[in-house]
Amino acid sequence: MGTEASPKIVIVDESPIRAAILEEGLREAGFTGVVHISEMQSLLARIYALDPDVILIDLENPSRDVLEQMFQVSRAVRRPVAMFVDQSDAASIQASVDAGVSAYIVDGLKKERIKPILDLCISRFNAFAKLQDELDRTKSALEDRKVIDRAKGILMKLKGLTEEEAYVLLRSTAMREKKKIGEIAQSILTASELLK
Amino acid sequence: MTVPLHIGFIPLVDAAALIVAVDKGFTAAEGLDVTLVREVSWSNVRDKLNIGLFDAAHLLAPVAIASSLGLGHVKVPIAAPFNLGLNGNAITVSRALHAAIMAEIDGDRFDPMATATALSRVVAKRRKSGAEPLTFGMTFPFSTHNYQLRFWMAAGGVDPDDDVRLVVLPPPYMVDSLASGHVDAFCVGAPWNSIAVDHGVGHILHFVSDILVRAAEKVLAVRQNWSEKNPEVVAALIRAASRAAEFIEQPENRGEAARILSAAERIGVDADVIQRTLDGRLKISPDGTMRESSRYLLVGREDAARPDPVQAAWLYAQMVRWGQASFSPEALKTAKHVFRPDLYDAALGHAARPAETPDTIGAFAGPAFDADDIGGHLAAFKIGRPKS
Repeated sequence: MGTEASPKIVIVDESPIRAAILEEGLREAGFTGVVHISEMQSLLARIYALDPDVILIDLENPSRDVLEQMFQVSRAVRRPVAMFVDQSDAASIQASVDAGVSAYIVDGLKKERIKPILDLCISRFNAFAKLQDELDRTKSALEDRKVIDRAKGILMKLKGLTEEEAYVLLRSTAMREKKKIGEIAQSILTASELLK
Repeated sequence: MTVPLHIGFIPLVDAAALIVAVDKGFTAAEGLDVTLVREVSWSNVRDKLNIGLFDAAHLLAPVAIASSLGLGHVKVPIAAPFNLGLNGNAITVSRALHAAIMAEIDGDRFDPMATATALSRVVAKRRKSGAEPLTFGMTFPFSTHNYQLRFWMAAGGVDPDDDVRLVVLPPPYMVDSLASGHVDAFCVGAPWNSIAVDHGVGHILHFVSDILVRAAEKVLAVRQNWSEKNPEVVAALIRAASRAAEFIEQPENRGEAARILSAAERIGVDADVIQRTLDGRLKISPDGTMRESSRYLLVGREDAARPDPVQAAWLYAQMVRWGQASFSPEALKTAKHVFRPDLYDAALGHAARPAETPDTIGAFAGPAFDADDIGGHLAAFKIGRPKS
């Protein structure tokens, strides 16, 4: 492959959503040769067959160690080097570790061609982490609401309160104890389980 | 004043001294506020130690040496002031390969020369019948597992590069890969060999102590320049780890140590499996056969925690034998200097000992190891591919 053509990029990621987000970003930026590998068995064989210029892998993937074997291969394959080999750009390395992504780059590919790929990777990985975070928060908010509804029901039944009074009681208790309403509601559920 | 530290580890039983030091409060007693960070790959541990996200790490001894020599990666000088364990690995083979080796074996099944010779017959037969070469899993290119597998099979006449395939596999994938036939055997640390046996998919063929009497396995690694700037912190870490190693080596404490290690955020497997490793009493066959060894894993006893530069030299010699490094006297010196008995002795108030260079390896094949004549030592082995 000529060095001026769009570099061939392989994404190794077991999360299909994150890989899709990254792949889309790379395509939008004009990197057309992107392949996603999600199957970790015979990972090296697939990579050799694809012969990529850049390999991106998330740091949560144990198969990173499998990629390290590429440095050991004695037969004539193009040898990639890890992103960390070039320590001249410490900020970029730090940012990528924080984002949770690592890159392996075929020796000889120019640095200015790698930078935009890496930057894009970092921002998409961060965007995915934010998305995941929001999703988790929404999930726990939904979970809280269910717990609060059940705690209200228990209070209404035991103390003969209206729904609004039950909620006010929960809220004021939470404020007095400096806890979240969800936590107070959970302790009511636990207590009522115990007293059954 | 407490010193906050981040220390990375891989969930393996040979991280025991580190984990117990933290979870029993030995590090806190030394004024260290340690956050243990569980990692998924040696590459991550190495990189995070190198760039300073970790202050210290549970690290494969050969990675500490490779990092200091700049082999295959960025050069960051590492100091290993504490040896977390000697031995502890095992070679596990699939039921089919076990049957094939046992059908060919001429001698004791725990004698590594007998099994390696039998393996060479299995390999020859497979080649004749046109079968695929056998595949062996190990954990990392610069790993004790890689060198131990190679040393063993080469002694029986099997060329690890030409006659079989050696592939890197993350330890948590080993058992599945053996069950699916992706690999025929692997060399890995605890608890993975026992888990393969418990699942009925493999036999433990050898404890590594069959192959080498003493083999440095994981070290407590710090960046050399960091250790120079923080000598008191390093000394405090050594003392805490040493106290933990002594604790673990008391048989009456093994149950508690195994429970601590079994926690989900530590190793995350049954305490029972971990205790088998600490006790050196392992189930080696799906039929329930047990095997006991006083040398399976040494955490501190028999001076195991004191870094031994002869061990570092032996690991460097393996890198040379298998073409990962070329030999130079300077590189040998650098490799030996990674292991720091001086820091260990000073921290624990032991008198410094004169440098000694006897063979502390005790390999089952080849001449006694001579750290001062690696070229001559390696010349005695027929199989190998040193760089010219």
